[in-house]
Amino acid sequence: MTQRTRNLLLLAPAGTWFLVMLIVPLSVVLIFSFGERAPAGGVVPAFTFEQYANLPARWAAFRNTLFLAPVGTIAALLIAYPLAYYLAVKVDPKWKMLLLVLVIVPFWTSILIRSYAWIFLLGGRGIPALLGWIGFEDIRLINTPFSVLVGIIYGYLPLMVFPLFVSLDRLDKRLLEASSDLGAKPWRTFAQITLPLSVPGIATGCMLVFILLMGEFLIPALLGGGKVFFVGNALVDLFLQSRNWAYGSAVAVTLVVVMLITVTIYMRLISRLGAHREDVSLM
Amino acid sequence: MRLYAAFVYLFLYVPIGVIALFSFNSGRHASQLMGFSTKWYGKTLSNPFVMDALETSLIVAFVAATCATVFGTMAAVALQGIKGPVRTIFDGLIYIAVMIPGIVIGIATLIGLVTLFDQLNPLIAAIWPNGFTPPKLRMGMGTLIAAHTMFLMALVVIIVRARLSGMDRALTEASSDLYATPFGTFRQVTLPLILPGVLAGFLLSFTFSFDDFIIAFFVAGTETTLPLYVFSSIRRGVTPEINVIGTMVLAVSLMLLLIVQVLLRRGGRKAK
Repeated sequence: MTQRTRNLLLLAPAGTWFLVMLIVPLSVVLIFSFGERAPAGGVVPAFTFEQYANLPARWAAFRNTLFLAPVGTIAALLIAYPLAYYLAVKVDPKWKMLLLVLVIVPFWTSILIRSYAWIFLLGGRGIPALLGWIGFEDIRLINTPFSVLVGIIYGYLPLMVFPLFVSLDRLDKRLLEASSDLGAKPWRTFAQITLPLSVPGIATGCMLVFILLMGEFLIPALLGGGKVFFVGNALVDLFLQSRNWAYGSAVAVTLVVVMLITVTIYMRLISRLGAHREDVSLM
Repeated sequence: MRLYAAFVYLFLYVPIGVIALFSFNSGRHASQLMGFSTKWYGKTLSNPFVMDALETSLIVAFVAATCATVFGTMAAVALQGIKGPVRTIFDGLIYIAVMIPGIVIGIATLIGLVTLFDQLNPLIAAIWPNGFTPPKLRMGMGTLIAAHTMFLMALVVIIVRARLSGMDRALTEASSDLYATPFGTFRQVTLPLILPGVLAGFLLSFTFSFDDFIIAFFVAGTETTLPLYVFSSIRRGVTPEINVIGTMVLAVSLMLLLIVQVLLRRGGRKAK
C-alpha cells in the first residue's frame, strides 16, 4: 500500500461524513430555496425566485440582526480591549495565564444557562427591583434591545478578549518604552504604537464575534421576548412552527450570503488598513 | 486599570454566581432567597424527565465526541502528508463546517435527512422480507449524533493539526528509517506527541456536544437533550430546578475545561 492510498483511506470516513452531513444537506437547502411550498409542509420542486421575492416580509429580522450584530461586536470590543491590554501588558506574568483562563472559561460553558442568568437578573425581581429601592420606579429591562445587547456582550466578551490578548501579548514591549523615552505622552504611545500593532487581534476578534452573532437564536429568544428577534428566530419560526421549508430555505441562503458578503468586505478593509500601515512604517 | 479588570471579572462571574447561590435556596420560588437547603438538588435528581434528558445528552456527547476524535485525528494525520486538490477540498470543507452558522447546519440537516429518509424508507420496506416490520429511518438520537460528529470533526482536525504542525518531522522520518511500519511510527512516535491535542479535542467536543442547543433543536426528533429540556422549562417560567441544572452543568463544564487547559499547556511544553 503506497503512502498516498493510505492517506486517502484515512481521509475516507471524515470525507464521507462531510459529504452526507454537510454538503448534501446544504445543497438541499439551496435547491429548496428555489422551490414552491407544498401544502403538507414539504417542498414542490420548481425553479422560481418567488421565495426570494418574498424576503421583504422578514425584513425586520434582517434589520435587527444587521443592527445589533455590529453594535454588539463593537460594544464587546470596547469592553474587551482595556481588559486584554491589562492582561497582556500590565499584569504580573505569574497571574497572566490564570486570569486569561478565567476570562475564556465562561465561553465554553452553556450559553443557554448564561443567558438564563440574565433573565433572572434583568427580570422584574432582579436589577429593576434594586433600582426601585433607590427611587427609579418602573424600569423595564428584560425583552428590550438593551437586554439582548447585554446578553450578546456577556456571551461573546470572552471570545473577543482572547485574540486581542494574543496580539497585544506579542507586541514588543520595548517599543512602548522607546516611545515614552522619546517623550511621547501615554495616549500618543497608545494611538501610534499599541493600537496599530493590535489591528490583527481586533480584526480576528470582531470577525469571530460577528459571524457567530449573525446566526444567533438563543439570546434574542430568551432576552428579547419575541419583540427583539434575529434572522435565527425567523428561521426557527419558519421551519418548526409554520413549516414553510421553501421560504425558510431562501431566508437561510440569504443569511449565509449576507454573512459572506459582509465578511469579504470586512476582510478587504482590514487588509487595506494593514497594507496602509506598512507603507507608513516603511517611511 | 486594575479596578476596571476587577469590574469585568465581576460582570463575567456574578450572573453565574447568582445562579449557583439560588440553586441552594429553600424557598418554593426561584427569585426569593429563603434559606440554605439542598432540597432542590434532591428534587431535580429524582425528576425522571431530567434524568432521561441527561442520559440522552451524555450518550450523544460521548458517542459523537468519540467518533469525531477518531475520524478527525485520522484526517488530520493524513492531511499532513497530502497535497493538491484533495487537501484543498478538505480545507474548504472544514472552513464551511466552521463558518456556516449552527442554525443553518441544523436546518440543513433536518430537511436534508427528512428528504433522504422519505426516499429511503419505501425502498427499505420493499426489500425487507415479508412478515417482518421494516425499520423506519427517522430523526432521533442517531441523526443528532451524526450531525454533532460532523461539526466536531472539523474542530478536532483544527486542534490536532495545530499540534502536528509543531511536531518535528525528522522524528517520523527517523522512525521509518529504522524500519518501523507506518502504524508502528504512528503508535510510538506521532500519537504520544499529539495525544494532549487529541484528548483536548475529545473533551472540547464532549463539552460542545453536551452544551449544544441549536443543532439539537432541529435534528433531535422526539428525543430531549438536557439543553432542550432547560429551554422548554425556561419558556414555562423560572424555577429553582433550572438553577440546579445550570449550576451542575457549569460545574462539570468548568472541570472539563480546566483539564483541557492543563493538557494543552503540558503538551505545549513537551512538544518544545
